[in-house]
Amino acid sequence: MAMFDAFRAIVLRDLVLAMRRKTDVFSTLFFFVIVVSLFPLGIGPEMNTLRLIAPGVVWVAALLASMLALERLFATDHEDGTLEQMILAPQPLFVLVLGKVAAHWLATGLPLVAMAPLLGLQYDLSVPALEILLYSLLLGTPALSLIGAIGAALTIGLRGGGVLISLLVLPLCIPILIFGAGAVEANVSGLGEQGHLFMLAALLVLALLLAPLATAAALRVSAE
Amino acid sequence: MSARSISWFRFSSPATFYHLAGKMVPWFSAIAVILIGVGLYMSLFVAPTDYKQGEGYRIIFVHVPAAWMSMFIYVVMALWSGIGLVFNTRLSAMMAQALAPTGAMFTFLALWTGALWGKPMWGTWWVWDARLTSELILLFLYIGFIALQGAIDDNRRADRAGAILALVGVVNVPIIYYSVTWWNTLHQGASVSISKGSSMGEVMLITMLIMTFGFWAYAIAVSLSRVRSIILERDRETTWVSELPEMQVQ
Amino acid sequence: MLDVVELECVRGDRRLFTGLSFTLQLGELLHLHGHNGSGKTTLMRTICGLIRPSGGEVLWNGESCRKLGEEFTAELTYIGHRNGIKEDLNGIENLRLHCRLAGAPITREHAWEVLERVGLRGHEDLPARVLSQGQKRRVTLARLLLSEAPLWILDEPFTALDMAAVEFLQSIIAQHVERGGMVILTTHQQVSLTRGQVRQLRLGWKADGNV
Repeated sequence: MAMFDAFRAIVLRDLVLAMRRKTDVFSTLFFFVIVVSLFPLGIGPEMNTLRLIAPGVVWVAALLASMLALERLFATDHEDGTLEQMILAPQPLFVLVLGKVAAHWLATGLPLVAMAPLLGLQYDLSVPALEILLYSLLLGTPALSLIGAIGAALTIGLRGGGVLISLLVLPLCIPILIFGAGAVEANVSGLGEQGHLFMLAALLVLALLLAPLATAAALRVSAE
Repeated sequence: MSARSISWFRFSSPATFYHLAGKMVPWFSAIAVILIGVGLYMSLFVAPTDYKQGEGYRIIFVHVPAAWMSMFIYVVMALWSGIGLVFNTRLSAMMAQALAPTGAMFTFLALWTGALWGKPMWGTWWVWDARLTSELILLFLYIGFIALQGAIDDNRRADRAGAILALVGVVNVPIIYYSVTWWNTLHQGASVSISKGSSMGEVMLITMLIMTFGFWAYAIAVSLSRVRSIILERDRETTWVSELPEMQVQ
Repeated sequence: MLDVVELECVRGDRRLFTGLSFTLQLGELLHLHGHNGSGKTTLMRTICGLIRPSGGEVLWNGESCRKLGEEFTAELTYIGHRNGIKEDLNGIENLRLHCRLAGAPITREHAWEVLERVGLRGHEDLPARVLSQGQKRRVTLARLLLSEAPLWILDEPFTALDMAAVEFLQSIIAQHVERGGMVILTTHQQVSLTRGQVRQLRLGWKADGNV
């Protein structure tokens, strides 16, 4: 059970670190809030339009906010040398990666999910739609973190790393965006959201299986 | 002894390949010119006018092969990347790097011809059709690959990081395609299914195949000569490069 | 037993060393020499498995380290240029965390005790960011007191340490070698490591690769 213990150690460590540096957590959250609040200002306060675009806006904002948080995911570990120690730890690297992603999601993804229904109210979404928004984000944002970790690992220590991460990761996240926003839209239009949510769950499982392996490989390449 | 022969193989193979590629480039260039020439002639003059879509439809003889090539090249790139990662061979990573700009070019060509075709047909330059959208995302994937390799100074890291990205991308491509199709059918947008419009005649099919093979030869010729440049650039410190006749003339 | 076979490393466009072979037995210390940029750090990181060599291989008890994977890294303690400690965590947390990752958790009291031994009495619960360079290094080196791994790879372990700490570290290294451990280290300082089998390896422009 050393593997599970190491996983837990990494999750706890990163959560403690996040709590001691709250700015990272809050800036991601407020970025999300601000982006969502900007759309009515750009489009106009017409409630019918806003109700229509709400799922897409919230989802795109969540996608961008999670990109923003990714840059620091492995960068600090690389700078202070803890990354090499993780690579040299007697546990498989992908387990530690999974721990890091889990902590990252808990610190930056979960607050965002919790905040989303409130923002949905600004767009006059119905209660069932808000519920589906919550579920879709709950299934989708962990997958975003998992996929994003690959990009974060590939771009460690590169000039303009943040923009580059978005360039690499955003296209890969498109399916999640489609099914995530689609679930809410399907609910609003009365088509039923189940298919979308199942697809999101399937994508999450796939990301859970493959992304940590790719991230671990990328970390080994970047840490050389 | 075996370790010695492997490392010898590794370091000399770009050198031998450099000469091999040098011999192959003119042949493939010639094949490309002939096939694309014949293909263009057939698509412009031989293929019959489409009774529904008029003369404008002829752009599909460029559009469809370009779209095929754009996807095919990405898969080949991922294949070379995988080989490079598993066997730690330098040449395969160079091949992947050399293919990327050509693939991006074909993707761009497919998008551009798609837009040109959409304007007279639907009156808009861009339709959020499943295929066009997937093609656009494919272009993003190519750009990401090129940008990542460009951002990394160390060749070895660039090769391997690019390889991982290409493999992740190739796993994603079917998922992206599927999800975009799903999204499209759900929203019931306009469908630009170019090859569906009318049943494809035999002449049209042959023309399209000729164009595809022409593009294929072009892609091989261009990427081979690009690989030659990459080899020269990376091995510029070695003796075999400094002894090349083309390096003496300066 | 550690075997380095025909190792070759290329960084950027430069071939740092090629055809490098040596064997390290239990109870031996290998002192790497070489001017700046001769590839000492690269060699150490390659042996650890952090860098993939462009040729040759590293064997642990006759098996390829790359294939052994975690089985090999479990036998290894590496201390590099970077301390590998978190600035926002205190010494105790850093040390305990490292031990949990290494698969041998220790109690708070034990960590406290070890940090006292490396001379951090009174600083155990300060976040690492307020410690001096030398004190951070001590937190890192405290790992060696807890390390059960037979192979230690230490890249410039003496930097930023004061005289007393250098002496203390030397005694720890000597003890480890005496107990039958292996050490590979680099240092620019003049170090007297008398006990045990000390071997020298010089990397440089004309490195012929022989010990």
